[in-house]
Amino acid sequence: MPLLSVDSLTMRFGGLLAIDQLSFEAEDRAITALIGPNGAGKTTVFNCMTGFYRPTAGALRLTGAHGAFRLDRLRDHQIARRAKVARTFQNIRVFPRMTVLENLIIAQHKALMRASLFTVGGLLGLPRYQAAERKAVERARYWLDRVGLTERADDEAGTLPYGGQRRLEIARAMCGEPVLLCLDEPAAGLNARETARLNELLTFIRDQHRIGIVLIEHDMRVVMGISDRVVVLDYGKKIADGPPAQVRADPAVIRAYLGEET
Amino acid sequence: MIGRIVKDAGIAALITFALAGPIVGLPILSGPQGNFVLGSRFGDVAIAVAVVFVGRAAYLALREALPRRRIAIPLGWSAAAAPLGRWFAPALIAFAVLLPLLPFADRRVLDVAILVVTYVMLGWGLNVVVGLAGLLDLGYVAFYAVGAYSYALLAISFGLSFWECLPLAGLFAAFFGIALGFPVLRLRGDYLAIVTLGFGEMVRIILVNWTSLTGGPNGITGVPRPSFFGIPFSANPPEGTTSFHQLFGLEFSSLHRIVFLYYLVLALALVTNAVTLRIRKLPLGRAWEALREDEIACRALGVNPTATKLSAFAIGAMFGGFAGSLFATRQGFISPESFTFIESAIILAIVVLGGMGSQVGVALAAILLIGVPEWFRDLDQYRMLAFGAAMVAIMVWRPAGLLSRRAPTIRLKGG
Repeated sequence: MPLLSVDSLTMRFGGLLAIDQLSFEAEDRAITALIGPNGAGKTTVFNCMTGFYRPTAGALRLTGAHGAFRLDRLRDHQIARRAKVARTFQNIRVFPRMTVLENLIIAQHKALMRASLFTVGGLLGLPRYQAAERKAVERARYWLDRVGLTERADDEAGTLPYGGQRRLEIARAMCGEPVLLCLDEPAAGLNARETARLNELLTFIRDQHRIGIVLIEHDMRVVMGISDRVVVLDYGKKIADGPPAQVRADPAVIRAYLGEET
Repeated sequence: MIGRIVKDAGIAALITFALAGPIVGLPILSGPQGNFVLGSRFGDVAIAVAVVFVGRAAYLALREALPRRRIAIPLGWSAAAAPLGRWFAPALIAFAVLLPLLPFADRRVLDVAILVVTYVMLGWGLNVVVGLAGLLDLGYVAFYAVGAYSYALLAISFGLSFWECLPLAGLFAAFFGIALGFPVLRLRGDYLAIVTLGFGEMVRIILVNWTSLTGGPNGITGVPRPSFFGIPFSANPPEGTTSFHQLFGLEFSSLHRIVFLYYLVLALALVTNAVTLRIRKLPLGRAWEALREDEIACRALGVNPTATKLSAFAIGAMFGGFAGSLFATRQGFISPESFTFIESAIILAIVVLGGMGSQVGVALAAILLIGVPEWFRDLDQYRMLAFGAAMVAIMVWRPAGLLSRRAPTIRLKGG
């Protein structure tokens, strides 16, 4: 059973067919890259997977140890909470005026909200909440160490450099203990050294935390370097699907990227 | 250089003429038969224009003549101000607690103080909605009104005591907060402001027109005065009951009730503050702030935006309702006139000028915007000038609000 199975996903915006009968699968403990030229519909697929769009047709199934979910029927915050799918954004969305640590604590909202008995217990200062908060800080510290932001933990997230904000977004997504991590262009705007670090981080997450990762990426150092499987989209249709080496040699992919040869 | 100064001063004089010409130059006077006639005071206009011309020219000339100096704000000034902030808030609270015992605390001082603390409380309540959750609410006075009318109607119709009415009034206001919250869940920024503005007006208009319940524009009179946990503050209590001054063996003074009311308002305001500060450090409060920062990211992290927004509206409205109850019991009389849009605007001004989200800032802004003009009440119309001047001064010197530094709710280092 694959972790995520996308079955005949179709998304239509008025007269525009953004995604046309797309089917692919993403395995657990594997990195699946979603690539394609600009406007191919990659981010639209992500928005369908994470509940920001409701697909016109098709099914998105997530099957994990915690249950089976139809992602096309859940709302965005329910997908994050119940199905445990986390995502990052193409244009970074950290909480700029909150500290780095606070960003990571908010990602653990569900557990902390329960521990605070939906605020009532927290207001009364019950020890249970205090313990839960300590645990949340410990998890945040773990991810801060992982992404190398421990020194900046108490600084406002908006003051981090671009690469730091990207790493913070990944750490924040991981603090929610997802089973599937969706990354929208995680390497955009990173230099070669930062990209290498990102690759390291993503393979660490896959191998040590044993979760599935789906990423949209243009940077071939990431796509070809670490992904286990590559799905290529063009005009909302799947044109190739397979291991990186195979996809790279696929004439349909070369045509889509380099233009039609006549 | 002379030419430039003359030109600049000339433009200033021209603007003065354009403004003062119709406003000062053409006063409306009452005529012999009680009708209105247009007068003329062009002499005054000429004086105003001349004063502006000479003043502007002198200012510019002086600025040219004197060496240019920059008002240097020493580096690390805000760092130095941080310990100041640590004792400033406790000092302010201590002053507020001791105020009635100070020698100059007469009836008038206490009345102003009660008013100021009521606005501090309203500011803190609105701060939850605007400062923390980032939901621009221009109709906050509606909750104040709901609280006041709930208290008045419950106390008069059912004879409930103040302490029974207070939580009910807060509850009703919170319910209204949720009722407002539902239709505006999808709105943000300007659109939210317009709808909340309309909501505030709706509540006022309902109060004016629902004569059978609210007494319409005449309002409700005879709202019960606060009692000391059931013991009245009257000079001559009815047979068989004891009055406050008799119980404590004091000389009767009408000040007792005022002092008690002051402490009541202060206590509730401090409770508001304590609850808000506490919630800020709980997941709910962090979710409010995160929602203000980025709603999309919140949803991707599993924060339910509906529940989060509604809780902010409800809790903010509840504090407004408490303040409304206090207002009703203090005045003894309420009418829709007390709950006009200008009240919402003033409360919002307190929150914005105080520095959104800062509790001490809100308290300072309330003192500045409510206390100062109230203090200058003798100056009659000029007190609104003081209000405006206070606002302009804050905007010029502290454009982000009096205290705009945000304190983190949790730290990795040092607790």
